[in-house]
Amino acid sequence: MNNTTEIFVNGLWRDNPVFRQILGLCITLAITNRVVNGVTMGVAVFFVLVASSFIVSVIGEYVPRRVRIPVYMLIIATFVTLVYMFLRAYFTGLSQALGAYVGLIITNCIILGRLESFSSENGPWESVVDAAGISAGFAAALIAMSVVRELLGFGTLFGINVLGSGWTPWVSMILAPGGFLVLGLLVWIERSISPVEEG
Amino acid sequence: MKLLSILIAAIFAHNIALRYFLGWCPLVSQSKKLSSAWGMGVAVTLVMTVTSVLNWPIYHYLLVPFGLEYLQYIAFIIVIASSVQVLEMAIERFFPSLYTTMGVFLPLITVNCAILGVSLFMILRDYTFLTGLVYALGSGIGWTVAIISLASIREKLRFAKVPKPLQGPGITMLIAGIMAFAFLGFSGMVGIE
Repeated sequence: MNNTTEIFVNGLWRDNPVFRQILGLCITLAITNRVVNGVTMGVAVFFVLVASSFIVSVIGEYVPRRVRIPVYMLIIATFVTLVYMFLRAYFTGLSQALGAYVGLIITNCIILGRLESFSSENGPWESVVDAAGISAGFAAALIAMSVVRELLGFGTLFGINVLGSGWTPWVSMILAPGGFLVLGLLVWIERSISPVEEG
Repeated sequence: MKLLSILIAAIFAHNIALRYFLGWCPLVSQSKKLSSAWGMGVAVTLVMTVTSVLNWPIYHYLLVPFGLEYLQYIAFIIVIASSVQVLEMAIERFFPSLYTTMGVFLPLITVNCAILGVSLFMILRDYTFLTGLVYALGSGIGWTVAIISLASIREKLRFAKVPKPLQGPGITMLIAGIMAFAFLGFSGMVGIE
């Protein structure tokens, strides 16, 4: 069971998809202006990644190598469609806030990268644990980004006023530049704590 | 006139990379050198235009009449993956010299979210066929503008003393942030709606 924890922690911190591997940036930058969006997207990606990792680890060896990418994309697209329909049905407001970005989970390179490099070569249990670790790492990154941006941009957290009425919101934090700057600074902090080995 | 303003808006004020954050994985990894930035930019513009030309009729004449709108993600991704494949084979067959410079970028494009994003935005905003085509072309050019400016800045930065943890993706994001501020200045110029 030691191995299981190791795979999970790897995904969460050492191989963190956003800060370490610099993947899945579109979603990370686009929807993190509110914490609620970050949490929702984290959960959605968790579901899609775990489910498609499981499927790929089971059927992986039967898929011819030449067509594997389209096959993986189809599996991912199926689960993303499920998420989209679920959000539309039960969380209409959130679904509108996330807009086209729910669909863009399909082209999130984190998911395809994990399927390609891990699930296709490992058993179902390891794949699911790896997927859970990676998506927990992704969710953590989304939440870290959105806490900073919502706090500075609106003065709120989960829509609740935290900084009081004297706070002047930093509008640029919720606009595009804020996303880039916060991500740049967080990458800087993360890499100062645990430096990247030369590669 | 309306088409022209959509084109300008897609390139500058509503730049797909700097305003909607699309296609950032290749933007970070392929912007180290100006030459690869050009290759990637041209390939993206080409695929973006081709796929939205294909996706528009598929959505409006195939999915809508049968009430299958919920299949749009799956349909679009099939179109994108297969047209990238066909395009790759066509370029390899007819323009071998182009293939050696651009070929390596094509497979990367299937997972470039800007391509799928443009098709989805086109449907979400209810564009007509012609508007969608112009929007896709403009977005492709806009993405190319973004990656080329980013690559040029990074080439100039090669000899600068960047703190070690900030090197690579960190500094790229900070540059992008400043570029996004600059592009925000275009937003008063022309709207997209």
